[in-house]
Amino acid sequence: MSKIVKIEDLNKAAQKGLVTLMPKKTKIMVGMATSGIASGAAEVYKALDEEIKKRKLGIILKKTGSMGMDCIEPLVDVVSPNMPRMAFGRMTAKKVPALIDQIVKGAIETEKPVYVIDEEEFICTDKKIKYLKGRRPAALKDIPAIGDVPFYAKQVKLATRNCGVIDPENIDEYIARGGYFSIYKALTKMKPDAVIDDIIKSGLRGRGGGGFLTGNKWRSCREAKGDIKYVLCNGDEGDPGAYMDRSLMEGDPHSVIEGMIIGAYAIGACEGYIYVRNEYPLAVANLAKAIEQARDYGLLGKKILKSGFNFDIRISKGAGAFVCGESTALMASLEGKAGEPRAKYIHTVEHGLWDRPSNLNNVETWANVPLIIARGGKWFAGIGDKASAGTKVFSLVGKVNNIGLVEVPMGIPMKDIVFDIGGGIPEGRAFKAVQTGGPSGGCIPATMENLPVTYDDLWKAGSMMGSGGMIVMDDKTCMVDLARYFIEFLESESCGKCVPCREGVHRMRQILEDICAGKGRKGDIELLENMSAAIIDGSLCGLGSSAPNPVLSTIKYFRDEYEAHIRDKKCPAAVCKALIKYRIDVDKCTGCGRCPKVCPTGAARGKIKQAHTIDLKTCIKCGACLESCNFDAIIVE
Amino acid sequence: MNKVMNKKIKEIIGKYDVDKTSLIAILQDMQNEFRYLPKEALVETGKHLDMPLARIYEVATFYNAFSLKPRGKYLVEVCAGTACHVKGGFNLLEKLERELNIKCGQTTEDGTFTLEQVRCLGCCSLAPVVRIDNNIHAYLTQDKIPRILKNYKK
Repeated sequence: MSKIVKIEDLNKAAQKGLVTLMPKKTKIMVGMATSGIASGAAEVYKALDEEIKKRKLGIILKKTGSMGMDCIEPLVDVVSPNMPRMAFGRMTAKKVPALIDQIVKGAIETEKPVYVIDEEEFICTDKKIKYLKGRRPAALKDIPAIGDVPFYAKQVKLATRNCGVIDPENIDEYIARGGYFSIYKALTKMKPDAVIDDIIKSGLRGRGGGGFLTGNKWRSCREAKGDIKYVLCNGDEGDPGAYMDRSLMEGDPHSVIEGMIIGAYAIGACEGYIYVRNEYPLAVANLAKAIEQARDYGLLGKKILKSGFNFDIRISKGAGAFVCGESTALMASLEGKAGEPRAKYIHTVEHGLWDRPSNLNNVETWANVPLIIARGGKWFAGIGDKASAGTKVFSLVGKVNNIGLVEVPMGIPMKDIVFDIGGGIPEGRAFKAVQTGGPSGGCIPATMENLPVTYDDLWKAGSMMGSGGMIVMDDKTCMVDLARYFIEFLESESCGKCVPCREGVHRMRQILEDICAGKGRKGDIELLENMSAAIIDGSLCGLGSSAPNPVLSTIKYFRDEYEAHIRDKKCPAAVCKALIKYRIDVDKCTGCGRCPKVCPTGAARGKIKQAHTIDLKTCIKCGACLESCNFDAIIVE
Repeated sequence: MNKVMNKKIKEIIGKYDVDKTSLIAILQDMQNEFRYLPKEALVETGKHLDMPLARIYEVATFYNAFSLKPRGKYLVEVCAGTACHVKGGFNLLEKLERELNIKCGQTTEDGTFTLEQVRCLGCCSLAPVVRIDNNIHAYLTQDKIPRILKNYKK
């Protein structure tokens, strides 16, 4: 590969990329992010590959990242002449021959697409390219366009613009989507200070949760004294229930890399590190490949684009520690040490990695940067909310129908995400709350469903934006148990350096465990509140000072549930094992014999075709009977 | 056996310069090779990097990815992420404990399985999930577990 020096070289690469991105002949794309693979995409890909080879068809087969709608994966996208792009959901290896049949015929037979994409939006260059010139074939008339699918209708894809569209292993396809034109623009037409001004103007705030203005952070780092400076990418997505950064690193690694190159140029850094979680092997692999390709093109390394600017990136794998998502702990870990945070009165932009000025941003923040440079800070600031510009990617998971990754403009009401995009709560159950911000965040109750999703509104409601986990809960979720769950998580992930967090969180876990076990005492709620205040005031790092949030927010909005546990020894959501009982509804039980078969202790018993019973003395409340019953006859109360 | 192990340890260390920053990377390689960190590996790493064993031990015990005890042939990791939790992932852990007849954190007597909890695999859309030998089992229910384990025992 020859190095990219001039704009013509970039254009050439873009043309090359467009040939495979929107080819004249048939192309099949399989969503192969981790979630896709786990739902069986690898088998589908293998079956497609074999079928194409067996029939000697000249079809291009590609792997892409995730489009976000994980609940219909494995997802196979087909681009054919005279057809729009079609998305086939819940694909299996078995269905592959039939799919290939109809592709060859150019018809729609047994396999119907979930939605079609008539035109591809190139957001970096503000262009749209249509797949077909005339009208859609009649067979596709009733299939909704992607913009009419409720899951996608209210989404605005900026950070995830390329996920599920490009082959993440192909740099030319990234360039064809307008990628690496921003670093060209920055290096040839903008002074570093102008880049920073544009980022400040965009109003971009840190997507890792803190919400600090990215441009201001860059400026402080630029102005800090030191010859050697670093730009760092925080890919240690440790919040349970969040996987936006994984999806970005897997599906569009170049956007993160380009963002970092631009940042390095603006700040004056010569080296960069991406710190990725140990649990994300595919993200590491795709990033490593992308870095290699960028080096081959001369977009990383010495004299980038023949300028005087040198910059290169290395990947560092985490080793499984939640606290390493905290900036100073992450830097300690990069240095090869145990990831313990330090006091923050010394700013990392001045004294960070190896005591040198370091600028750390999260994956999603970096991915937004090339787009801002391409379209201008003013354009970006016009999207979303005034004080929270742009979009935010959330992982919408838990008790919600449409599970997946969603990117929404800031300021969108919570209920639009849960009901319009998420499709509401499964089995018609009641919506109870949304948990945001990971273990440092809190719960927003259903009564506040109109809350606009912005940094400040979430903060005021007692939660936080966090990195973007959004866990929906129904009336079968116990809020006391949830608080206990988060506190237990934080207890085991506390690094143990400072006392309020190490001992305080430990003690809070014991109290919450007692409450869940029916051993709660009067005054426990007040005790938890007092301890929370002390932990918030006394902890060294953000992990400790936000640790009580899950407890405080659940007490604030669901105090009655705590009281039911403590006073009445009841778990209203029927989750806490010590406080619940299993029984069989004799009217519904058909005596099918399934539950006695799966019961590990023999507590569920009864004769065939006669209503079964559960012996409370031997029942261990494992839930196996509930899972096996086809007649909703098992009651938990 | 020990000769083979010592050779492997030397091989891994040989790939790295004398640079204290490499400590975590070296330990990761060791962990991948032996599925735990043998004492010899820690001692040799310390000698190579000119670091006291206590420092190596500090890092080895700080991070969840490292284990000082030999792990079984297959690592069974039950996801304890929030999405998995609200969808009853804890019941899967208890089922696995009963099926394998070990507690979380232990290894079966025949050395086939080690059962552990993991902090979110980032597959929240497929909750509840269990990862065995790096394969993710999605939407898992208790009744599927015996058959899945059987497949690995073969």
